[in-house]
Order: sequence, then C-alpha cells, then structure tokens
Amino acid sequence: MSKRVLEILKSKFGDDIYETHSQFGDDTAVVNPEKWREIARFLRDDPQCAMNMFVDLTAVDYLGRQTPRFEVVLHLRSMERNHRIRLKARIGDEDANGADIASLVPVWKGANWFERECFDMFGVNFKGHPDLRRILMYPEFVGYPLRKDYPADKIQPLVELRNVPDKLPPFGIDEGMPFGRQTHDYPRGEETN
Amino acid sequence: MGEMTTGGAGTTIQVLEGSETGFATTRFDALLNWARKYSLFQYPFITACCAMEFMAMASPRFDMARFGAEAPRFSPRQADLLWVVGTISQRQAPALKRIYEQMADPKYVFAFGTCASCGGFYDNYTTLAGIDKVIPVDVYVPGCPPRPEAVIDGLLLLQDKIARGDRTPAIVKPRRDPIVQAGNLVRLGKKSTAT
Repeated sequence: MSKRVLEILKSKFGDDIYETHSQFGDDTAVVNPEKWREIARFLRDDPQCAMNMFVDLTAVDYLGRQTPRFEVVLHLRSMERNHRIRLKARIGDEDANGADIASLVPVWKGANWFERECFDMFGVNFKGHPDLRRILMYPEFVGYPLRKDYPADKIQPLVELRNVPDKLPPFGIDEGMPFGRQTHDYPRGEETN
Repeated sequence: MGEMTTGGAGTTIQVLEGSETGFATTRFDALLNWARKYSLFQYPFITACCAMEFMAMASPRFDMARFGAEAPRFSPRQADLLWVVGTISQRQAPALKRIYEQMADPKYVFAFGTCASCGGFYDNYTTLAGIDKVIPVDVYVPGCPPRPEAVIDGLLLLQDKIARGDRTPAIVKPRRDPIVQAGNLVRLGKKSTAT
C-alpha cells in the first residue's frame, strides 16, 4: 500500500535514501539528514504522498552502539490517501557534535513543540526553529537528561534541599528506589549527586 | 443539680446537667490545640492522580468535613493545613516552598501518597524525592494512591498530634487486612489440589 511512497521516494531522491524497510505495515526510510526538510516538503506537497498530518517527532540515542549516535524519527500520515511513513535521520558523533538537523516548523506548524521537546531531552539542534528553548525542564537545567551519558541519578534541584538528620526509618537519606539501579554499571559517585 | 452520695463517708459529688451552667478548668494550650484540631482550613496543592482520592475524601461518601477539615481555602494565607497530593517535580519545588512560606503559623503539612512522601518510583532527574526535601512534613500517608480510610487515619493522627502539641513526623501504618489475616487470601497461580 504505502510501499508506493517508498518507491516514490527512492525514484525521486535516489542515493539520499540510505535504506528502507517495510515490516508489519510500517514503512521506514533512513534518509540523508542534509535533505531532511526537502524530503519532508516533498512528502507533504506531492499529490501521490500528500502527508498532511504530522504525527510525531522524537529522537533515539544509540551511544556506543552506532555512529552517528542520534536517530531523529519522524512519523507522518496522510489523511487523504490513508497511508503513513516513518523517516529517520542519523546525526551527531559520539560527543554529540554535529547534532544539527533542519527544523520542520516551516513545513508543519505542529512540529514546533515536538522539536522543542527533542531539543530539551536530547540536545538535537533544529536549525531554523523559531523558538528553540527548553519546554519540559527548567532553563537552569544543565545537560540533556535522555542522553545515555546523562547520569541516571543526577538531579539538579532549584531550591536548596533540607538536611534532616533524624528522619523516620522508611525515609532515609537514600530514599527512592535504589534497588532498581543495582544492574547499572556506573559508579554512584559524589560528583553525580 | 443532681447529687450523688458515695459510700458511708457522706461525700457528695455534684454533677452538672446540660441546662445548668458551670466551669471547667484546663490548660490554655490544651484549649487552643483543641480548637485548632477541629478547624483545619486546608490548602490543597494537587498535582497528580492522588487527586482522585482527595476528591473522594472531600466528597460526601468519606466526608472530610466530619473532622472539621471542611473548607478548602485557595489562598495559602488563609489556610493552616497544606495537603500535598501527588508528584512534585524539581520545577515545582520552588512554588511549593513559597506557598508553605506564605502560610501563617500554626501550619501543618500532609504528604498524601507515596510520591509526595518519598518520590515513589520516580527515581529520576525530574522528580523531587519527597516533599520533606523542601518543607517539613507532619503526617505521611503512604499508598499509591492511599485508600480514603488511610487518609482518614492520617487526618485523625494529625488531630491527635495537634492536640498533644507534637510536631515530629508521623506515618500512617497499614491496617491488617482481615481477609489476609484469616488466611483466605486468594493466591494467583496456585490451583487447588483438592480434586
């Protein structure tokens, strides 16, 4: 059905479509990040594709598993032709340099907050975004919490935490659920707290 | 005035009846605490799903008004009991602290549910691991969410603490479930061997 969209993409963009696969009715194309906005605009405007609904945009961090480490994932749907497609673009080296990709806000307005969230969580820089700032975390937050190299137990409190020496037994200094972390192999050092 | 004679020594005890007037002696702070414990004006700081249990508590079925905690005040300056109901994120912590600071003394804090008590299972970059990291807490009610009965237990515990003038933190302990106690608990995955 929407394999035709993949065919159209491959015939139109050729080598900029790095790989495609179709599984369980989902069609995926890994594309050249340089052509990100161009391909998106083509998918929206081409009458054969007519992707008029922006569904989702997020990123995945594959640190230590592949380079480039980030994979920006875009889901699109056509309300007219009743098909959908998933686009991926791989950006950024292991130190997250070069994690830049074109913003899709000029193509779909709905991409605005999705790209802000993706910037907030992964630090992906969307070039051409009208208002790229944090959307979930507070502006004082340093780092990008969903990156794999962000320490899982690192918190950045906005107010100074109270130190209560004589707390009740269930609520010791290490409350929370530290047993959930026993399988992690990073050290629980002082610099991460 | 009714009179009662006890024993043969002839001592009489006078008992006041309802229509009569008289006086009783007590300590001033005990009277003050007695008045405080039945006039808890509450400020609900509600952020998450525990709000559903709070609504059940406030509505007629469980009826918080029975214990004098009737009128919610939507200004912290008019309230003396702060209900923190739900998960508090790091971003909300300054707001919570400021609201606590705006309340007039005497003020009490009620940590409603596991998230407000210790952060619950949100052990991550964005969640405050218990509101007692920021403000002092009087009563913790664990549960995800707590049953309204547990919240009533907590409210009565708070009233008891107010009456005693006790400001140490307290936890609502789980009640023994009579079904579990009787050994009638249905265990999943174990079939009856009585066939």
